[in-house]
Amino acid sequence: MKRLTLPLSEKDFEQLNAGDSVMLSGVILTARDCAHKRIFEYLAEGRELPFELKGAVIYYAGPCPAKPDQPSGSCGPTTSARMDSFAPALLDLGLGAIIGKGEMCDEVREAIKRNKSAYFAAIGGAGALYGKAIKKSVCIAFDDLLSEAVYRLEIENFPAVVAYDCKGGSIY
Amino acid sequence: MRILDTVEIEETIYKMALHAGVNVTPSCRKALEEARVKESSPACAFALDTLIKNGDVAGENQMPVCQDTGMAVVMLEIGQDVFLSGKPLNEAVNSAVRRAYADGYFRKSVCDPLTRKNTGDNTPAAIHTDICAGERVKITFMPKGFGSENMSRLYMLKPAQGIDGIIEAVCETVRLAGSRPCPPVYVGVGIGGSFDTCAFLAKKALTRDIGSRNPRADVAEIEQKALEKINGLNIGCQGFHGDVTALSVSCECAPTHIAGLPVAVNIQCHCVRCEKEIL
Repeated sequence: MKRLTLPLSEKDFEQLNAGDSVMLSGVILTARDCAHKRIFEYLAEGRELPFELKGAVIYYAGPCPAKPDQPSGSCGPTTSARMDSFAPALLDLGLGAIIGKGEMCDEVREAIKRNKSAYFAAIGGAGALYGKAIKKSVCIAFDDLLSEAVYRLEIENFPAVVAYDCKGGSIY
Repeated sequence: MRILDTVEIEETIYKMALHAGVNVTPSCRKALEEARVKESSPACAFALDTLIKNGDVAGENQMPVCQDTGMAVVMLEIGQDVFLSGKPLNEAVNSAVRRAYADGYFRKSVCDPLTRKNTGDNTPAAIHTDICAGERVKITFMPKGFGSENMSRLYMLKPAQGIDGIIEAVCETVRLAGSRPCPPVYVGVGIGGSFDTCAFLAKKALTRDIGSRNPRADVAEIEQKALEKINGLNIGCQGFHGDVTALSVSCECAPTHIAGLPVAVNIQCHCVRCEKEIL
């Protein structure tokens, strides 16, 4: 089990191999279907995004609302394949890495390799456990999208498996 | 004749929904533990351990097991000797869902199919009513996540394709779904009926306990054969390639037209949440 603190350096990515179990800590941003649509509308219109994409780690997730005494509600990964058409362009724009679940298309795998990045598979269905791994959650963009908004999450000991590595390797 | 105020149905569904959101069914928990014992792949074993631990964390913290607290599927079998008084039944059901999803801090996942605008309260529920004999109301509440729902398929097979064709359709659905529906999956299969009733049979099959077998021996044999074949696909937990791709297969059967053999395959992820009550 490798313990990694985000953001990762090029050297960190080079040392990751598909199939490695990892524990992630650091900062990630949630974005799923509607947030991606919105991001691409911004890009098409040449508008500046309300958050820094370069180096960011996007987590395909839409959390449950947090109870008053909790930093976050349950927050496991959603199916990454729905973001297949968005991911390569974002990786080429400097997106640091992706966290989601399930296989993505070949174009994503190539973009991960080309940009020396990684795609991490979180364990789908472990929503409560991931909710507990989130120490702070703040909505930073598109709040009208409710659970599909962009949240900045501070995570600690977030279990995942390297799904695609920067050498073209895949667990699937 | 028995008079039943729909407020009783509402309160029952409210409690069922709150419980379902944070608990997988006992048969699901047992099946995950059995899968862990069988699993030989380290990555799949890691994933299964994480899922079993997740069940404990959800229970201890009363947090939703999965953040996809689903679209609320409500099945009502209403005895024809019951007179429902009070607010209209659909309103009572949707009110229960609205309140439970707010009070449970569950995710609201229902939206307009075209504008994608969220309805904000997880209504409307998918409500199925069946009028049957007696003076009881049987309620089944199943929050259905869509990572798995999206991987479901409906086939209109030729009668000549028979049992082999049915098993092939089930396996093809699971194979095409691959890693995406959060395997190990629970597979609900509808066999027969019409285009619409076949899909409902598949959903109804998922309300059975994991590991249960259809009382019809020939149907039970299809369940067993399909399960063995699916577990030979080597998809494994989360698609990490392992021994357990499906926890169980449940088939429900109904007479169909002489020209057809409809087969619906409804995929359920490993997070099986289903509550049953009788009023």
